[in-house]
Amino acid sequence: MEQDKPKIQRRDFLRSCFKKLPVLVSAAYIISPDELLASASDDYNPDEHNYAMGISIHKCIGCGRCADACKTENKVPRDEHFFRTWIERYIIPPDGEAEVDSPNGGIDGFPKADEKKEILRTYFVPKLCNHCENPPCVQVCPVGATYTSRDGVVLVDSSYCVGCRYCIQACPYGARYLHPETHTADKCTFCYHRIVKGMRPACVEVCPTQARVFGEIGKRNSPLHRFIRFNDTIVLKQWLNTKPKVYYSGADGEVR
Amino acid sequence: METILANAVEAIAGATGYIYPNEFELHWGILIVVYPYLTGLVAGAFILASLERVFKVSALIPVYRLSLLTALSFLLIAPLPLLAHLGRPERALEMFLTPHTKSAMAMFGFVYVWYLMVVLLLELWFDYRQDIINWARKSTGLKKYFYYALSLGSTSTSDEALAFDAKAGRFITLIGIPSAFLLHGYVGFIFGSVKANPWWSSVLMPIVFLFSAIVSGIALMVLIYMVTTMFRWKRINMDCLNKLGLFLIVAMIVDFSLELLDFIQRLYESEESINILSSMISNRLFISLIISQIIIGSIAPMAALVMARFRKVPDEMKRMLYFIAAILIQVGIFSTRWNVVLGGQLFSKSLRGLTTYKLEMFGLEGLFVSIVLLIMPFVILFVLVKILPPWEGGHHEPMRLAPAESKK
Amino acid sequence: MKKVPQQIIPLAIIFIVAIAALVTARHFFVPETFGDYGHYRAASVDEIASQEVVYAGSIICNDCHDDIYETKMNFDHRGVSCEVCHGPAMAHTEEPDEYTPRIPRIRNQCTICHGYNSARPSGFPQVVEEVHNPGRPCLECHNPHKPLLPRAPQACDACHREIALQKAVSHHTSLECKTCHDAPPDHMSNPRFARAQKPTSRALCGKCHDTEADVSRGIPRIKLATHNENYLCWDCHYPHHPEAR
Repeated sequence: MEQDKPKIQRRDFLRSCFKKLPVLVSAAYIISPDELLASASDDYNPDEHNYAMGISIHKCIGCGRCADACKTENKVPRDEHFFRTWIERYIIPPDGEAEVDSPNGGIDGFPKADEKKEILRTYFVPKLCNHCENPPCVQVCPVGATYTSRDGVVLVDSSYCVGCRYCIQACPYGARYLHPETHTADKCTFCYHRIVKGMRPACVEVCPTQARVFGEIGKRNSPLHRFIRFNDTIVLKQWLNTKPKVYYSGADGEVR
Repeated sequence: METILANAVEAIAGATGYIYPNEFELHWGILIVVYPYLTGLVAGAFILASLERVFKVSALIPVYRLSLLTALSFLLIAPLPLLAHLGRPERALEMFLTPHTKSAMAMFGFVYVWYLMVVLLLELWFDYRQDIINWARKSTGLKKYFYYALSLGSTSTSDEALAFDAKAGRFITLIGIPSAFLLHGYVGFIFGSVKANPWWSSVLMPIVFLFSAIVSGIALMVLIYMVTTMFRWKRINMDCLNKLGLFLIVAMIVDFSLELLDFIQRLYESEESINILSSMISNRLFISLIISQIIIGSIAPMAALVMARFRKVPDEMKRMLYFIAAILIQVGIFSTRWNVVLGGQLFSKSLRGLTTYKLEMFGLEGLFVSIVLLIMPFVILFVLVKILPPWEGGHHEPMRLAPAESKK
Repeated sequence: MKKVPQQIIPLAIIFIVAIAALVTARHFFVPETFGDYGHYRAASVDEIASQEVVYAGSIICNDCHDDIYETKMNFDHRGVSCEVCHGPAMAHTEEPDEYTPRIPRIRNQCTICHGYNSARPSGFPQVVEEVHNPGRPCLECHNPHKPLLPRAPQACDACHREIALQKAVSHHTSLECKTCHDAPPDHMSNPRFARAQKPTSRALCGKCHDTEADVSRGIPRIKLATHNENYLCWDCHYPHHPEAR
């Protein structure tokens, strides 16, 4: 108890400070040594960044916290047919077709696999928008409502989108959906509102096993750089020449 | 039979296998089936009219103007299904304000306006100008002013002016043919250029679309010509009908061969997607592809046409066969559009599962709206025919111009 | 010079008016920042960037709850962000009294990650909910900020369930794990630091499967010296499910 006392005072002091929170948040991130991403302030220069993500299949436990946090952070409809990110489970038998499922995107967990069937390999694969360098969705948008921002993130301007859904058809990864309320295309933004403040995307933030790594291409002091250096990574549907920027380690040819 | 029933049951059951969660909803429904169907009819009808004008196929004179008016009435409706299916239709004009030059769809607005304003309306105007002036002179009251307005104040009927009409008309038709090819080939390109979708992604897509458009357009003109002639208590010009039948069968053979080529090539290449596509054809598309598109919509009418055109049968029988073939072709081409548009969305891009299309009845994207959209061109055509009677035939040579007289 | 045909004039007027209308409309209706950096509305980037932040990020928790934070950093949940269990907390950092993060005490909270699922990486601690003290909250025995086991597990299958399941239906079912694996005593309580050993030589398998071995006749035998001598046994046979196929 005695030990706790000064701490409470400290809390009160800090609480008062939080009235000026925005400044403090950014300060906290500049100071913190493990945040080597951008700092949040007016001098954020998008041209200096090129965001990307790494995903380690060997670490993913399929808890679905990423998909859940994404829906909370981005106010994605809680319906089971709208996801900015979701988790797939692959169950590969010794012969025959792999079985894949993603009940409610993995948010409510996965049912137990049929233990009578022999399993060769089984693993979870988180999916999200790949923020392609050569994005077919941007290419086909008739009005310029989806675009690659200067920091390499593919975004949707929901107040300009006409809702023609051509981008949804053009996305090979099923990463886009038509938002049921705005009737415009919607998808992962890498939590753009967070990353410009130097924070990590919500899914990366809550991943309990660090299966998701967020960072920047071409920056040595980025967690992603280390991830790509020490893992054999692949990108999804590489033959389509979309040049995705979500790198998977430990994924095999069944993942598509 | 049992397998068909089993397949039908499975189709109703919903998704099978794995589909990406966002793929549950089909994004392009029946309205996007109607859209290429309508533009196909426009392009087909126009190309038919051009045949008469550019290549001087005189047997087709009775349907020349009728084809142009038909093309116009279908073209006026063509953008409506697109508009109705937009999530935010009120923003549609952004396509003209900030068109994305790399987007196939953005160019639609311009191809459409080019085709409507520069090709169809101009051609009709030059072709009808002489008549419009005549009608303006003959009529009284409001009608008089209406026709004067239509003439845009260009009321000269000097030989020089009429010669210019004819020259301009021919020139526009010359531009018009590639434009009609562009209009519909481009609709095929919208689908054919989606590399994410193995069912659509094919270089043959624009060409297949084009030929199926010609087939559907000619078949439509056969129907319209026969029905309108019947209602006017006139005799059907068998020369014209036979010529239409000939063009129809040639176009059908080309179209069918192209589709077959596409099919065989896919099967032989046997790419990654072949398993899911085969399973889609045998499950979800069995009725609309194998039965409706190929058997009812292609083979049966081809047989009927061959019989009518190359066998010695009485004219009565010929007319019957042409009529039936034309109707079957419409069913077939509509199924083609259905299979392309919906087929491309019934399988998951994970290539691991199939989903189903749930046809809405009364919503904005439902069956009812689609039927209305398919009927509207005929209403417009009815009005157009009242305003600009096409029955005098195409008279684009100055000497044929003077008094209105029947060509038959 | 030739006279311009009469028809051209009204048509020209119409086309010029139409094009002028489009140009004017573009001038008025194209959004202000459109095209500043590319074919998009530059202002929309700022709009997206100004979206409300919901998850605060665990570093900020350290500012007030440094005691818990530091504890956590010394144990295996160090990588688990506070908001994974306590829920989004941006509102809490702004108005600490108004918004209190949730403190989940129910059992399913832990099984989201620690319930057994075959697709989870082997080695990740998992329990079978139905048999692991059913009905009792996890917090009774485990402190989530110091995730230690209340007592060291007694059996290997507490952690290596997937392997145990396979072995149980194989011909090796009667073998104990320690027949092949040497596990230091600490391994049960501190598995990451006191690793169990894996076999290193063919001789181990030869003890039972060599034609010379002095064991039951029912066991399949091979001439260890000549049977694919370039390979280790487990290059081809999976010892936990060793049927030769």
